[in-house]
Amino acid sequence: MKINMPRWFYQLASPKWSYDIMGMLLPWFAIAAGLLLTGGIVWGLAFAPTDANQGNSYRIIYIHVPAAILAQSCFMLMALAGGIGMVWKMKVAHIVAKSAAPIGASMTVIALATGAIWGKPTWGAWWVWDARLTSMLILLFLYLGIMALYSAFENKASGDQAAAILTLVGLVNIPIIKYSVEWWNTLHQPASFTLTKKPAMPPEMWMPLLVMVLGYYCFFGFLLMARTRLELLERENKSSWVIAVINEKI
Amino acid sequence: MTPKRQQRLTIALGIAFGTALIVGLIMYSLKQNINLFYSTTQIVKGEAPKNARIRVGGMVLRGSLERDTKSLHVSFLVSDTAEQIKVDYTGILPDLFKEGQGIIAQGKLDAHGVFQADEILAKHDENYMPPEIAESLKNAKPKTGKVSL
Repeated sequence: MKINMPRWFYQLASPKWSYDIMGMLLPWFAIAAGLLLTGGIVWGLAFAPTDANQGNSYRIIYIHVPAAILAQSCFMLMALAGGIGMVWKMKVAHIVAKSAAPIGASMTVIALATGAIWGKPTWGAWWVWDARLTSMLILLFLYLGIMALYSAFENKASGDQAAAILTLVGLVNIPIIKYSVEWWNTLHQPASFTLTKKPAMPPEMWMPLLVMVLGYYCFFGFLLMARTRLELLERENKSSWVIAVINEKI
Repeated sequence: MTPKRQQRLTIALGIAFGTALIVGLIMYSLKQNINLFYSTTQIVKGEAPKNARIRVGGMVLRGSLERDTKSLHVSFLVSDTAEQIKVDYTGILPDLFKEGQGIIAQGKLDAHGVFQADEILAKHDENYMPPEIAESLKNAKPKTGKVSL
């Protein structure tokens, strides 16, 4: 079996090419994130209608749901990047995965914290050990473990390899988080917002949520590229292109 | 792809799917323990452990809620539409608690088959709607005879 990967795939392996491409895309993601997040938060918090049962407290979904979605998307991206890094021994892929980890961990913390704040008034408890909440907490520990592994080795390549393996192992948690509310009895409600079904809320409620989700994705892309570029400069600090970039700035 | 890379690809996929298989089997065997609560049918059938703190989940049956006028004591029937259990509770109820609402009660079943709860949590569903729509749905009910959503 012989599979040929497209040209751009191998171009991505070049640190300089990746650095330049990300530098070009970066401002666009920043602008899109700024517009979408500002618009979405104002729309969601000030203009979307209140909920018949929960009143205004449901509005925390505009922060909570996108953070939870991003926490999982980020992990899948890290598994993909870590896997590519392992198979093709591609340094840039490992650097992308490493740069994504702290962002994903932050998103998980946001999702857990806003969930607890929402849970107290609606459920009557800050925290319950149900399958959804527990699997999300495990995701946070996975993120922390992966971050620790990346910096635990003297040799960067060994750290990359170890963290990529843990990411692939941890990938099993993602479907568990997603389907926990369907497989088991949980306190957490099932998804309101999926790709396959009609949202369980009227358009004037889910449209701002969609805007927020897109805004979070753009913000994530912006942060990831900025962090990856910095990490590329640090790791490649001996190479001529980095020296050229630095000289240009000074 | 070179043979070396294909071999590494196999290893990477092996790690991901191998873990999925192991965790899947563990969770399948622990299925019952991961559930947060027992349904009323499971408790009536005797599937829940006796003399242990358990959680029961279901809907608060409409018209069954009795509030003590002098204390915070409440009692109501909780049902999963098939079986129902009486729940006794003294304390503050969550904001969302009302008749027809899904709840989870933690406590013990006493000798008379009454569930003595020490914690009540309100469960809400994934549906959100503005108050005006909820109101119009409620008003539309008597005319059509049944609710179709």
